Amino acid sequence: MSVLRAVGLTTVILLAVILQVAVFSAVSFEGVVPNIALLVVVAAALVRGPEFAAATGFLGGLAIDLAPPADHVAGRWALALVVVGYLAGRVRHDAGTSAVAAVVTVAACSFVGTSVFALSGMLLGDPAIPVGSALRVIPIAVLYDVLVTPFVLPVLMRLFRRMRPHQVAY
Amino acid sequence: MSPTSPGKRPSRAVLVLLLLASFTLITLDARSTDRSPLDPVRSAVGDVLGPVENGTAAAVRPFKAVPGFFRTTGALRADVARLEAENSQLRGRLAGSSVDRNRAAELDGLLASSRSTGYALVPARVVAMGPAQSFSRTVTIDAGTAAGVHPDMTVLNNDGLVGRVLRADRSSATVLLLVDQESVVGGRLGSSMEVGFLRGRGRVGDKARLDLDLVDASATATQGDTLVTWGSRNGAPYVAGVPIGRVAAVYSTPRQQSTQAVIEPFVDFSSLDLVGVVVRANTKSDRTVIKAGAAEPAESSTEGTR
Repeated sequence: MSVLRAVGLTTVILLAVILQVAVFSAVSFEGVVPNIALLVVVAAALVRGPEFAAATGFLGGLAIDLAPPADHVAGRWALALVVVGYLAGRVRHDAGTSAVAAVVTVAACSFVGTSVFALSGMLLGDPAIPVGSALRVIPIAVLYDVLVTPFVLPVLMRLFRRMRPHQVAY
Repeated sequence: MSPTSPGKRPSRAVLVLLLLASFTLITLDARSTDRSPLDPVRSAVGDVLGPVENGTAAAVRPFKAVPGFFRTTGALRADVARLEAENSQLRGRLAGSSVDRNRAAELDGLLASSRSTGYALVPARVVAMGPAQSFSRTVTIDAGTAAGVHPDMTVLNNDGLVGRVLRADRSSATVLLLVDQESVVGGRLGSSMEVGFLRGRGRVGDKARLDLDLVDASATATQGDTLVTWGSRNGAPYVAGVPIGRVAAVYSTPRQQSTQAVIEPFVDFSSLDLVGVVVRANTKSDRTVIKAGAAEPAESSTEGTR
């Protein structure tokens, strides 16, 4: 059964990354698209907690780093999404209950994730990101992620609840 | 931050392990100068996900036009597209012709003028676009090594230069756009034949601009002047004579040695669809290679940047 779950998780992650690069590019604003992989990680965090979310974040980040149009140093999105998964997992009991808290969590995670990615780029000089362009992209990214949250996050959370192994009171 | 679930602290070990794994990956990829140990993994992932991206893009292509329906009617859009295509064709011809005239006048372009246009092209569609959150401007095209596409080939569309191929997998390839911050292209001003280097600013859409540094510090660009590619040795990564853009503004600062110009590219990078990859005329490809007077990209006489 756990093999099936792993396959399911991998499929969800790959689907998110492909949606992000091949479908949502049609509705990009200034080149920014909704970060679906990040929403997958947040949903995993809200349902399953920090460890599972950090692992999901690592896989999701790796997928973004290696899927075709990516050209940055591999591991940068993995790092960003591990941090996002862990942080989101730590606040899950407040955010799992109310919609507003969930949206705030997504906004915070989007900000942290994109910022960690931009900072790692600045440190590595890959590419040499000017602070100005980072400051322009991050707010748009946060806004876009929040916009698609009501449509995507509930579906993903239901999916993760169904994929959760049965256990006593959680 | 306090532990959220009473009696159960999340394990730090998992977090530390995953963070270390990320750092290891970054180090492996960033420290290797020539060939990264992750390259095989990248191309394997590309081989698997490339066809999936191709399929997804093909499936959603009809729906991509839907947002447009809300803006204006289909007929008007078709008219605008046709006129734009005509316009860009004429503009491209104009940009090429002024260079041709100059070459002829300098008597060195006796051969080059006849073949400055008309390379053999492999047609391809843009199937995926890298998000701006990744801060690099790259796209995936649905032609790979099976179609005769290889790294360091020039990519253009009917408006002008699009970029160059970074990596090619079996059925897909990654293209670095002209507007990426890491992209440097050698350009030649159509009117004065002065050469310079074009750098992207990392933005797409209406505000997509390139910065031009002229090699000759005393030379200046004039507003409205057109730029074509200068061309590299053996036509890789850029072939010569492809229109790039128009000078939108010129400025100079006392701090800098040369005059700088801002270039507005001919290509609209936010709505890229059909592009062509410049290949040798005798390339074996899984699709029809478009040849118009097919010149060899290898024969460009000028040297340039890599």
